[in-house]
Amino acid sequence: MDYGRSERPAGAAPLPTAIKILVAGGFGVGKTTLVGAVSETRPLRTEEVLTETGVGIDDLSGVEGKSTTTVAMDFGRITISDDLVVYLFGTPGQDRFWFVWDELALGAIGAVVLADTRRLADCFPSIDYFEGRGTPFVVAVNCFEGARNYRLDEVQAALDLDPGVPVVLCDARERESAKEVLVTLLEHAMKLREARRRAAED
Amino acid sequence: MTGGRESAADEWVDDHAGPVVRPYAVTGGRARPVTGTFDLISLVTATRADTGAESGLGPEHLAIVALCQRIQSVAEIAAHLDLPVGTVRVLLGDLVARSLVEVREPRATSAGLPDESVFEAVINGLRAL
Ligand SMILES: Nc1nc2c(ncn2[C@@H]2O[C@H](COP(=O)(O)OP(=O)(O)O)[C@@H](O)[C@H]2O)c(=O)[nH]1
Ligand SMILES: [Mg+2]
Repeated sequence: MDYGRSERPAGAAPLPTAIKILVAGGFGVGKTTLVGAVSETRPLRTEEVLTETGVGIDDLSGVEGKSTTTVAMDFGRITISDDLVVYLFGTPGQDRFWFVWDELALGAIGAVVLADTRRLADCFPSIDYFEGRGTPFVVAVNCFEGARNYRLDEVQAALDLDPGVPVVLCDARERESAKEVLVTLLEHAMKLREARRRAAED
Repeated sequence: MTGGRESAADEWVDDHAGPVVRPYAVTGGRARPVTGTFDLISLVTATRADTGAESGLGPEHLAIVALCQRIQSVAEIAAHLDLPVGTVRVLLGDLVARSLVEVREPRATSAGLPDESVFEAVINGLRAL
């Protein structure tokens, strides 16, 4: 739904379409680095306030007595054209931030799950989450020391991934590499979309 | 600190009260916007060059209108104003109610995914970066 449309001067260009892509994975795996590598500015940061009841602040009377915590999300922007903008959100990888994930995943066209071969298990929660939601995702193995000693099919097996889920090697610090990861994700998401459309027709 | 915030609302914020209290002060204690839902990537643009003689607006409202002379997402507004997203949503609701900003919610299709032409445009755009 759009709001306030009537106020817009006649003849003004329509507002662009915004697309959301998530970058998930464990702490220190390179999420912010990847967002920064492809974005047109350095990553920005927003915070959501969490209360015991979840995201947002329902009732702030007696704030002192409630345990509140903030979850920081780093994000960046890629302007594709006058009518298309992509936002990349680095999402906190811990289970206790489900509330934020739900909000972020809503309407996201896909996710990059970053993996570090030294601690592969860190990306299990992200993979479980996107599998459960049906959000298209790819796994990008970040090039920390030792990453090249693994074959991608070994990573795929270790993560118990669907054979259709792309696993790629990347260096989150390199713009070209980060771009390639995103292109892989978009092609995968497009394929899934087509497959789902066909399945719905049958 | 972002410029232009050192006024009104901050004066009665207790320095020791922790991170939640300033947002509380900024919205006058309101947790929900009067109108709208505001996704993180909803795009916001000001409908006027300034807020004119509108009363009942705080410095943060004015800062949003100034910022949104260029199109910004809700997430970008929150980052630039250094306020939690929930607080920014409340402020945006006030501005929408006064028709001071226009908001475009992200396009959601029945399948949950945009159409093929959007994918192709993003892929081509990325390759051309
Ligand atoms: N060697 C190497 N270091 C990386 C790579 N990507 C990120 N880093 C470093 O790993 C650290 C954590 O990265 P960061 O992006 O902050 O991780 P986040 O917690 O997932 O956002 C930083 O010091 C980065 O410079 C990579 O591909 N290779
Ligand atoms: Mg980070």
